[in-house]
Amino acid sequence: MERAAVRGRLTWQLANVVELAAETARTRTIVLEPAEPLGHRAGQHVDVRLTADDGYQAQRSYSIASAPDDEHLVLTVERLDDGEVSPYLVDDLRVGDALELRGPIGGYFVWDESLGGPLLLVAGGSGVVPLRAMLRHHRAVESRIPLRLLYSVRSLDEVIYRDELTRARPDGELDIRFTLTREQPDGWDGYARRIDRELLADVAWPVEDRPLVYVCGPTGFVETAADILVSLGHDAGRIRTERFGPT
Amino acid sequence: MSPISRGFHRRRGPDADPARVPPGQYVTGDFPVLSAGPTPHTSLDMWTFSIVGAVDESKSWSWNELQSLPQETVTVDIHCVTKWSKLDTTWAGVSVDALLDGVDTSAEYALAFSDGGYTTNLPLEDLQGGKAWVVSSYDGEPLDPEHGGPARLLVPHLYFWKSAKWVRGLELREDDEPGFWEGYGYHNYGDPWKEQRYAGD
Repeated sequence: MERAAVRGRLTWQLANVVELAAETARTRTIVLEPAEPLGHRAGQHVDVRLTADDGYQAQRSYSIASAPDDEHLVLTVERLDDGEVSPYLVDDLRVGDALELRGPIGGYFVWDESLGGPLLLVAGGSGVVPLRAMLRHHRAVESRIPLRLLYSVRSLDEVIYRDELTRARPDGELDIRFTLTREQPDGWDGYARRIDRELLADVAWPVEDRPLVYVCGPTGFVETAADILVSLGHDAGRIRTERFGPT
Repeated sequence: MSPISRGFHRRRGPDADPARVPPGQYVTGDFPVLSAGPTPHTSLDMWTFSIVGAVDESKSWSWNELQSLPQETVTVDIHCVTKWSKLDTTWAGVSVDALLDGVDTSAEYALAFSDGGYTTNLPLEDLQGGKAWVVSSYDGEPLDPEHGGPARLLVPHLYFWKSAKWVRGLELREDDEPGFWEGYGYHNYGDPWKEQRYAGD
């Protein structure tokens, strides 16, 4: 197992908000210009800290949506209605504000070319965010490593990075498939159900190709996907997971 | 000194007695799951818990042998490095003191090891003196696999990644060997009250 390079303390710094974009009704992309570049790897996250005028502070972790090769640091945040930090980031933050953050954090749920492939990325809902960083890195380094993304989401309206992901489809190395679990548009020719054994068997590379797998999404989704992949014969040691949300 | 985040204010009432919530944490009623890989499923017939390494003689217990040791029920607060804390969680299991009873060692460190390859390191003294358990029950029920069942380490005074899920034993060591997350830049010790999240904190 690879080890992260020894590094110094992760210090808090300010990043300017240079652009904001609504992705879906519940998610917003935040484009940032940190004072110091983070030097992250695709798949890592940052801690964000907010401070109220009475001194109250709250911090949370968010996956980085941009590739190391991208000009800006990008986060995509989903609003949790009972949350404290995400509603502020999605609804209240403005261009020109500064956001306090530190990172990069995490060194296992990362991909770069040296780790090889073929790659299978499995996203549930906003779990696509760190996988999008891997996709962009794959494209930026013009990797020839075969890559497949399965993105499970309730409806087309809830697809984050919809233009980017649908535009990326007709490419030899990139194979992006959607499953719309609740609502499908007329004429939809993708999958239309929650992930199951048959669907994953269809999408995952052959076991003998020893794919490197990254699964990110809500806990139940990740548990299901990882369990099925192991039962199909994939090596548990090559399945990396990131879970969020309660059980 | 942190700058003020324009328009940000506290949205939640004080979660709980602030004296029970370490800096940078928030209290949740949920029980989030964080694991680096698939959930392992080891059958209890094959399961053992071992103490190995810098000891005169290794020790090992089968599942049934472990269950026949005196079981303690503890109610503790737990603190995850990803910022959530959960108060008054109730667990049952065997204290690490009972497992180390009669073990002759000069080791100062322990590396807990788990199914799936996970490891985490602690000073041995943090596992002694009624501070740590190998638990197999949560809230009166057998521990769910996704929360570390059949058995996990419980070391509630440190961030919860030190409470290794799917634990299978302790390697006692003279020297301190970083575990899984510690090798990826997380703090070597992980005291939530000192907010030791990452190396250098």
